[in-house]
Amino acid sequence: MSWFGWWSGSQNSFFGGLHPPESKERTAEVPIEVIPPPTEVRIALLQHLGAACELLVKPRAKVQWGEVIGRSDQFISAPVHASLAGTAMRATVATLPNGRHVSVVPIQAAESQPLAGSALYDALLGGTWPLDDAEQFRPHEIMDAAREAGLVGMGGAAFPTFVKLRRQEDQPVDTVLINGCECEPCLTADYRLMVEAPQPIVAGALLVRHALGAQRVIVCVEDNKPLAVRALRELEKAGVEVLVLKTKYPQGGERQLVKAATGRVMPGGGLPVRVGVAVLNVATVAALAAAVYRGRPLTHRVVSVSGGGIRQPKNLLAPVGTSYRELIRWCGGLTPDAARVIAGGPMMGFSIAADDEVAEKLPTPITKGTSGITVLTQQEVQRAEQTACLRCGRCVDVCPMQLVPTRLALAARAKQRSLLERYHIASCVECGCCAYACPASIPLVQLIRVGKIQFQNS
Amino acid sequence: MATVIGDLGSRRKVFHSGDSASVVRLGRQIAPSPHLSDQSFSTQRMMGHVLIALMPVIVMAVLVFRWNAVRQISLCVLACLAAEALFDRFRGRSAPLHDMSAGLTGLILALSLPWSSPWYVPVLGSVVAIGLGKAVFGGLGCNIFNPAMVGRAFVMLAFAREMGASAYVLLDSELSVVTRATPLSLAKQFAADLAAGRVTAGEAQVQMEMAESIWALLVGQLNGSLGETSAVAILIGGAYLLIRRIISWEIPVGILLVSFLFVELGHVFEMTLLGPLQHLITGSLLFSAFFIATDPVTSPLTCKGRLIFGMGIGFLLVVIRLFSSYPEGVMFAVLLMNATVPLLNRWTVPQPLGGPVPAKAGT
Repeated sequence: MSWFGWWSGSQNSFFGGLHPPESKERTAEVPIEVIPPPTEVRIALLQHLGAACELLVKPRAKVQWGEVIGRSDQFISAPVHASLAGTAMRATVATLPNGRHVSVVPIQAAESQPLAGSALYDALLGGTWPLDDAEQFRPHEIMDAAREAGLVGMGGAAFPTFVKLRRQEDQPVDTVLINGCECEPCLTADYRLMVEAPQPIVAGALLVRHALGAQRVIVCVEDNKPLAVRALRELEKAGVEVLVLKTKYPQGGERQLVKAATGRVMPGGGLPVRVGVAVLNVATVAALAAAVYRGRPLTHRVVSVSGGGIRQPKNLLAPVGTSYRELIRWCGGLTPDAARVIAGGPMMGFSIAADDEVAEKLPTPITKGTSGITVLTQQEVQRAEQTACLRCGRCVDVCPMQLVPTRLALAARAKQRSLLERYHIASCVECGCCAYACPASIPLVQLIRVGKIQFQNS
Repeated sequence: MATVIGDLGSRRKVFHSGDSASVVRLGRQIAPSPHLSDQSFSTQRMMGHVLIALMPVIVMAVLVFRWNAVRQISLCVLACLAAEALFDRFRGRSAPLHDMSAGLTGLILALSLPWSSPWYVPVLGSVVAIGLGKAVFGGLGCNIFNPAMVGRAFVMLAFAREMGASAYVLLDSELSVVTRATPLSLAKQFAADLAAGRVTAGEAQVQMEMAESIWALLVGQLNGSLGETSAVAILIGGAYLLIRRIISWEIPVGILLVSFLFVELGHVFEMTLLGPLQHLITGSLLFSAFFIATDPVTSPLTCKGRLIFGMGIGFLLVVIRLFSSYPEGVMFAVLLMNATVPLLNRWTVPQPLGGPVPAKAGT
């Protein structure tokens, strides 16, 4: 518990957490496959935390692959690029899995694309990457390249990357953590990237170190990914460290990772920079390397499509804006017992509406932050009927933020602001550990979400 | 536009707020994350594990007290189930007997009773345990006091003769174990004798006898309540609960550590003839440390709270054992500390990792 905080820090671990079934074996050894260019992609104008982009192209305009089609003059934002060559159509509104209604620009693909198949893979991830060349750039050039390439955190939160690469004299960063934990069950996109393309990851990591003037750059991988560790260790002499962490959900959570890897505790509500750390996902730094060394904006990403409800689970390299339907179709479609389509992993992902005839009814586009699509079966998602809270304290034992989830749920049900505050509702990261572990099947996370809204509105 | 599509059999009522106006027939579920749950760990299974952990204790009780144990256990369990069904009916709820909590209360109550008490003691104890101990607070998960201990406290006060130290002893019984007084009442009696000057030279003799009987205490060949005869059986069950993480270590450790320290203190000042180790394995101390005080509903939520709770029980039970006229104090110690649980929960709210979010950043 809390007084073991100091103790667990010395063990490459953090307090709380648990071990949900990993279910990564379905796609762990399936190499990344490049999907053929879809006939249409739908580029959302808000794919990141921050301000939405203004549309820059007119309907029926021809766009090139990688052309900027939306940008914002707000500081916290990231431009979006055409992920295919083709014709931009009239913007419409789509509902992203997180529930936000955003403008999307459909782009109808041209007959011929500049790159496809293995050539596309090689252009973005393959070949050799300079591992000792970061010094040739001025730090702000790296930051500007990240901004122009529309880089955002690709682990899910989609925070604009260039903001993290900004040197701040009053808050220097001495350690860069590259997050390769991928603690969500089912997802293997980052794992495949580490196994197949360690070079751009390391090249990107060294760029981040140089941009921030940090001393150390540490790639953090859970100990259930030995192949990834081996691939990265071979490049350790380039100047990165590889740190193997205990496999535990949510090891990839920013606060948990910083605690486990450096022993530093981020202050509540603060960013990692407050303790001299920057945290970037492996896919993000690989994209940074592609942006800096090869001038490629962020137009494609690796998505793992997995879960018991997918016929042929795969890891796909797909253009941003590809519909869920297209990706699922490329994986053989859904099995008859598929019950829930989830954007992201099963612990923190959003379930989305999907019809039985998925081919026609899943127009939702993937975004830069979509690391996976998980389709679970009825058996996987079934939950026992909710019963009374026994106050067993299981949720308290597993909460990685050291909260008392059952009391937060109670406070949310009672709509009591003072109780919500006393039990620190603002600290909850909604990782799902409490609801996963609850023997009474109480929807703790959902109750806490309701409580957060009450707290903000009162 | 959002369109409610209706209930699709076993599937949830779902609606679609799609980006086109077309209404589509939806079949997949929408539900909040997390989409997985630990299906191996439910309330019912938790109770099942406690039941398994109690098995060695039950077996020892039956071996030592024969049909007396069978009778007490079946009376208590049946009475508790009946009372649960009855009170749930009063409250207009369908009786969730399958969650096994009522049966478990009965089992714990039975194991804390003497072998000899007549039928109305377990039956009334069970009705009070379920009724006043649990149902009046709102049923499972809502009670403040450990139901089994509420029931036991009631019968102990109401039927002093049937529950007192003399109830454990029957000189001409065919069960040799019940022809002797319980270790704790023996110790109490000798201490009183010594204080009154009735025994002087015998003191050393008594202590010897007690020291020799540690083995008997461990395997369970001494008189006592049904569940407390064998320390080994209790430790096996307790270890099972700890390994399965049904109970957490803080409560047993708190109880055992603090009671050990205070008994040692009392022993040094000659307030008790039994040494600390003997105290730990006599009476219902061990049984309550693993099976009674660890009741999730009536113990604190946080780690720190549980440790304070356990230490409080350890302290109170030693005070009662050494200074009151009762030979055993576990029951009152548990009930008293139960009353502090809401306060302990409030006092021991942990600081979130990295401290609370400042008000501005949080909203």
